Amino acid sequence: MRAKSENNSKEWDRKPANQRDAMIQQIIKAKINGTPVEVPAGTTILQAAQQVQIEVPTLCKHKDLLATAACGLCIVRVKNMRKMPRACCTPIEEGMEITTHDSELTEVRRTVIELILSNHPNSCLTCGRNTNCELQTLAANFGVRNDNITRYVRDLPKDASNGSIVIDFTKCIKCGRCIQVCQEMQNVWALSFLERGINTRMAPAGDISLAESPCIKCGQCSAHCPTGAIVENDETATVWAALQDSNKYCTVQIAPAVRVALGEAFGYAPGTNLTKKIYTVMRRLGFKAVFDTNFSADLTIMEEASEFVERVAHGKGTLPLITSCCPAWTDYMEKMHSDLVDNFSTAKSPQQMLGAMAKTYFAQKKGIDPAKIYQVSIMPCTAKKYELERADSMNASGFADVDICLTTRELARLIKQSGIAFNQLPDGEADSILGEYTGAATIFGATGGVMEAAVRTAYYFVTGENLPKEGIDIHPVRGLDGIKEAELDVKGTKIRIAVAHGLANVDKVLDKVREARDKGEPLPYHFIEVMACPGGCIGGGGQPYGISDDLRRKRTEGLYQDDREKQLRCSHENPEIIRIYKEFLGAPLSEKSHHLLHTSYSARPKYQR
Amino acid sequence: MSKALLSEHPGTPAASMDIDYYLEKWRGVEGNLIMILHQIQDTHGYIPRELVMQLDRALGIRLARIYEVITFYHYFKLVPPGKHHISICNGTACYLKGAANIIGEIEKTLGVKEGETTGDRLFQLETVRCIGCCGMSPAMMVDGRVCGHVKTTDLPEMINTIRKNEEQA
Amino acid sequence: MKKITPATLEAIASAPVNAPKNWIKVGLDTGGIAAGARYVFDALAGHIAYARHPISLLRTGSNGLSFADPVVEIECAGMPHVLYGNIHVADTKTLLDEHIIKHRILEDHVVATRDRGTKCEGDTTVILVQDTSAEQGDRTRFFQDSFIEEVRRQGLQGKVQVVRAMDMGIYKKGLVVQLLPSAVTYENVLAANISEIIMDTVKKGIVLEKLLHREPDPQVRIVMRNCGRLDPESLDDALRHGAYQGLKSALLVHGWEKTIGVMKASALRGRGGAGFPTWLKWKLTRDNVADQKYVICNGDEGDPGAFMDRSVLEGDPHTVLEGLMIAGLCTGATKGFFYIRAEYPLAVARIQLAIDQAKEAGLLGKNILGSDFEFDAEIRLGAGAFVCGEETALIASIEGKRGSPSPRPPFPSVSGLWGKPTSINNVETLAAIPAILCRGGEWYAQYGIGESRGTKVFAVTGKVNLAQLVEVPMGVTLHKIVYDICGGVSNGESIQAVQTGGPSGGVIPESLLDTPISYENLMKLGSIMGSGGMLVMDSNNSMVDVARFYLRFCVDESCGKCAPCRIGGYQMLQILERIFKGHGKADDIPKLKRICHAMQNASLCGLGQTAPNPVLSTLRYFEAEYMAFIEGGVTYARKIRKQLEGVGQKAS
Repeated sequence: MRAKSENNSKEWDRKPANQRDAMIQQIIKAKINGTPVEVPAGTTILQAAQQVQIEVPTLCKHKDLLATAACGLCIVRVKNMRKMPRACCTPIEEGMEITTHDSELTEVRRTVIELILSNHPNSCLTCGRNTNCELQTLAANFGVRNDNITRYVRDLPKDASNGSIVIDFTKCIKCGRCIQVCQEMQNVWALSFLERGINTRMAPAGDISLAESPCIKCGQCSAHCPTGAIVENDETATVWAALQDSNKYCTVQIAPAVRVALGEAFGYAPGTNLTKKIYTVMRRLGFKAVFDTNFSADLTIMEEASEFVERVAHGKGTLPLITSCCPAWTDYMEKMHSDLVDNFSTAKSPQQMLGAMAKTYFAQKKGIDPAKIYQVSIMPCTAKKYELERADSMNASGFADVDICLTTRELARLIKQSGIAFNQLPDGEADSILGEYTGAATIFGATGGVMEAAVRTAYYFVTGENLPKEGIDIHPVRGLDGIKEAELDVKGTKIRIAVAHGLANVDKVLDKVREARDKGEPLPYHFIEVMACPGGCIGGGGQPYGISDDLRRKRTEGLYQDDREKQLRCSHENPEIIRIYKEFLGAPLSEKSHHLLHTSYSARPKYQR
Repeated sequence: MSKALLSEHPGTPAASMDIDYYLEKWRGVEGNLIMILHQIQDTHGYIPRELVMQLDRALGIRLARIYEVITFYHYFKLVPPGKHHISICNGTACYLKGAANIIGEIEKTLGVKEGETTGDRLFQLETVRCIGCCGMSPAMMVDGRVCGHVKTTDLPEMINTIRKNEEQA
Repeated sequence: MKKITPATLEAIASAPVNAPKNWIKVGLDTGGIAAGARYVFDALAGHIAYARHPISLLRTGSNGLSFADPVVEIECAGMPHVLYGNIHVADTKTLLDEHIIKHRILEDHVVATRDRGTKCEGDTTVILVQDTSAEQGDRTRFFQDSFIEEVRRQGLQGKVQVVRAMDMGIYKKGLVVQLLPSAVTYENVLAANISEIIMDTVKKGIVLEKLLHREPDPQVRIVMRNCGRLDPESLDDALRHGAYQGLKSALLVHGWEKTIGVMKASALRGRGGAGFPTWLKWKLTRDNVADQKYVICNGDEGDPGAFMDRSVLEGDPHTVLEGLMIAGLCTGATKGFFYIRAEYPLAVARIQLAIDQAKEAGLLGKNILGSDFEFDAEIRLGAGAFVCGEETALIASIEGKRGSPSPRPPFPSVSGLWGKPTSINNVETLAAIPAILCRGGEWYAQYGIGESRGTKVFAVTGKVNLAQLVEVPMGVTLHKIVYDICGGVSNGESIQAVQTGGPSGGVIPESLLDTPISYENLMKLGSIMGSGGMLVMDSNNSMVDVARFYLRFCVDESCGKCAPCRIGGYQMLQILERIFKGHGKADDIPKLKRICHAMQNASLCGLGQTAPNPVLSTLRYFEAEYMAFIEGGVTYARKIRKQLEGVGQKAS
């Protein structure tokens, strides 16, 4: 197996190659506030300061992104330099003597914060980011006590045109993070800056509404926004109402990535697996049945692995097979890569599969009127809200598979509203028949996880035996490299796979496929996994704030640990899966499966206007 | 823009709504966007949205990028300008010699602010920076013709003359 | 067209210039055209064709004398060489009839030559007169009559014409007289001197030392050496005026390394405003190894009131192209871009023509002048964004993006256009380079003071009598420029201050005008050299208003990327507007200063860092006026506004 990585150089990939090579070896010595630091050449002052436990304040620089140098807060003083350079984008140089904090710097920073506040609505108490806002925190830390610069906020209406995210343009501080995310990380180009000077505003492409734009609802903009300008469409109130409604039988499902991130909102270390506490809190909130999306992740693997085997071994369908469980990705594909529609796995995502099974199989077994079942999903993702109504097949059972989707952030809010002391809850269990899961399912939440789970089961389908214990962890598809490739040997058959996350990386993979297709060459891959968000669902747009590679690694580790600790680590071994096929679905890709568990894709216009 | 930079298309109608007309010289040239936009605006007097959408498809330059650029540069317009262009010079020399008063007076006469078009689409009012006639300040341009040593008292009549000519025509 | 070879250039350099002898030149630059020069040119062409005058009609750029637009220069056998100003269509027929047929000079239009003589050789045929201290009543006509009388008395009528000049280039020196063709110039001439002038100088050729205007012309024309002289649309004419000789010596005599040495010796610094040594910029770009490098001519002149780059682009395009080619040679770039404002269509057209001509003549392309040097040039247009004058923003704009600056490092010399090493030089800088190559770095460095060497072009406008482009050696005082070259202010007012550096600069009060101009000295006064705009303000102008004007410019032109500039500028403007309307508060001034300080230090690019300068410098020298607005309230503000409104009516 071989693996290679692209996309890992952020700070210094703007340097020409000849300098970059020279920089790799070179170590720079400098002093920050009198403390000596030694860092590799190319390290910025901001990064170097972190090494000596100093956080230089910034509102625009994000660890995921290149410095835009927009906010002006990270200025520092360098001995013998007339100007105050920005720490975020100034590489440290040999012998530099840097001061990161003094009275003048603090005064300048405070004035800049006051200026930013003068161009920002004074509505903290009613803001989606109240108590969790980078601007608010800085204003508090710098002791801004008076409002003595006259406030000027341009009157711009909110954009709530798509059901996933809501943009309040007046709260935008023009840091440019969302735009960099949307254009460069995701290659979606739904957001842009318009106009200039004091009139500069972030706006959907071509000054249309978000719904009319190419937005794929991934929500990465909201995950990177330092203020409340871009937030998820909060639907907690709707869920409260449903829970109160005696005509509704409220059920809930929890996605894999939620369990290792929700804890961050309650003071747990990132990556702490709180599956069992979440089951308990769901029951206490009033849900009548608690399911786990991990169950349907196993179900998805059964269908998708079967599909893969059909295409590879029996030549039925187009190769490479491309995963479709990420709704932001499917939206992107339908808008930008519709020539590859036939390559998509038709298997629905775990969210939809679970909903479909709750309203059919579960309803039958429990004798509940499916019309009364109100299915809530807890997802790390804003695009999942969109997926609920993505296509007619999302109502294949005659009812909406899932009625409403809350993000992890909304769930945290729901729990806090309920007054339940989450940290003190005892462990609980999920409902049987749609609650049991294997290790293969839980790693769906991390990039490469769907591929790994599918390979485990596909191997079994092809060879009739499980991967050997030492080979069950498929390391080449793990980790945060933007594109991961591997060649697998399935008893003599070579299977080439690729995993991409962060949509800008996807284009490179698909271009390779097209090139081979057009030239009539052998396919570069048989199977491709795509997740829109960097890191996969653990880094989803609906997860608790503060995303960074460090956080992604910790959440991912939480999932892999869950996988390791599971007795059963392949989807086809899940006893409830075996049962559902026996009792209800028949076999993977059966007619019933097709009807309830599969969907279709078609080209969509990039712009609605 | 200089005609020398424009591609010559004798057979094509002047205000083509076909993006290919504007691309001939620039297809495949790095950094061509602004030059293409110049050509479109030179032809139409503004940049029609339809051509922007075509540009997105023809060159793969995203709508977001095109609008970012159009709205950043004040030279580019997204709405058709008025028929008669009145540009008041607001360079330093003219400012010191009372350009602000001239702008105020003409805004009053036309009932629009700088950068706007009158309701009847007859006048487009702009302020520009130094038209190069510092020796004749304060100066203004009416449909490309320079008027030097402008006095506020002359303005209403000047506008009325253009209006009357339009009515007669 | 024939290919230009080193031998062609050699031949042109050594052989006498084969140019037409009888000609009329019309200054067809933007300023001239705005004043009607195109119509004048067409009218002259019509008359010449109709009357079959044996004279060539030529076009040229601006000689810088904006106040005299449209200008017409005539060289005609039997007549002294004369420059006429303010010639309109109605004057054209008279001009030709008088000057060419009747051999008489037109009254009230002559702009006297600044190239003044000290010896009187040859017969004087014209006496120009002008009273340069006319505040107490113009005595020019009285003196003209006295001279005519004296000419008649001494029997010279019909041989010597006495003409009222439009401008003598000398001010506050009483009656000034210039004799043509010798250009001997007398100042403070009294009625009693008239007869000796005629008797001794006109008749005998004896120069009257006591009356002689001795002061040499303070202007030195290096950048503008050809502006207003050559036909900017003719390569032949450019070659006759020495075009591409500098390239030839850089390419065939010095090589790139020595050429950088010559530039180092010249101590030329970037004329776009920041004053970075040109040789060092080239060296840094040269030192970066890359498969492709670029040089860019920054022609995005955007300061309100600055038009020297436009004049040079329009008046001498081949020299700018030549400068860019030399920059390409020294940096190792094979591709050059001209980034020019779209608002400068004539400059664009002339540069495009120069590029086309140079390509045709083999001066662009491969194996230039038989060497292995390869270079190509293209134009990219600006689109109305002042901030694109900033290097990184300019690069973004050429790449087809919003013109927002990006952080430096990396500097363009490391990673510029499309990530390649790039050197960006201003028009004026590039125009000086060929001359430096021809005459040597030391020659150029002889001008100037301290770290500021060579010459600088200023666009002097505002309340000054004679708005024009001035090229002076560094070290000349502001006083000399404003009073001695541009004739001070009109209407008997006094100068209150001079603003230099445009929106990034500051005001310098009258009391400090004796300061010799240099990058460092202007900085010490709280202003900057900038690109060379120079705005003269009289005592009627309000300094708060001027600060407001420049700040509004910066607010309009802020790219909006960084918060300190985007919001700081806007908020400062609100405070200034408030003060100007008489609603200022006591704490407004400390608040202004605090925002200024934050903007200066926390803005990303030069635009934001320097935008507070007009406010800070007016506060530094004219805080009393701010206080008067704040303390005087609405009543005071109304009074000042009324005073300023009067300006529009008084203008002409």
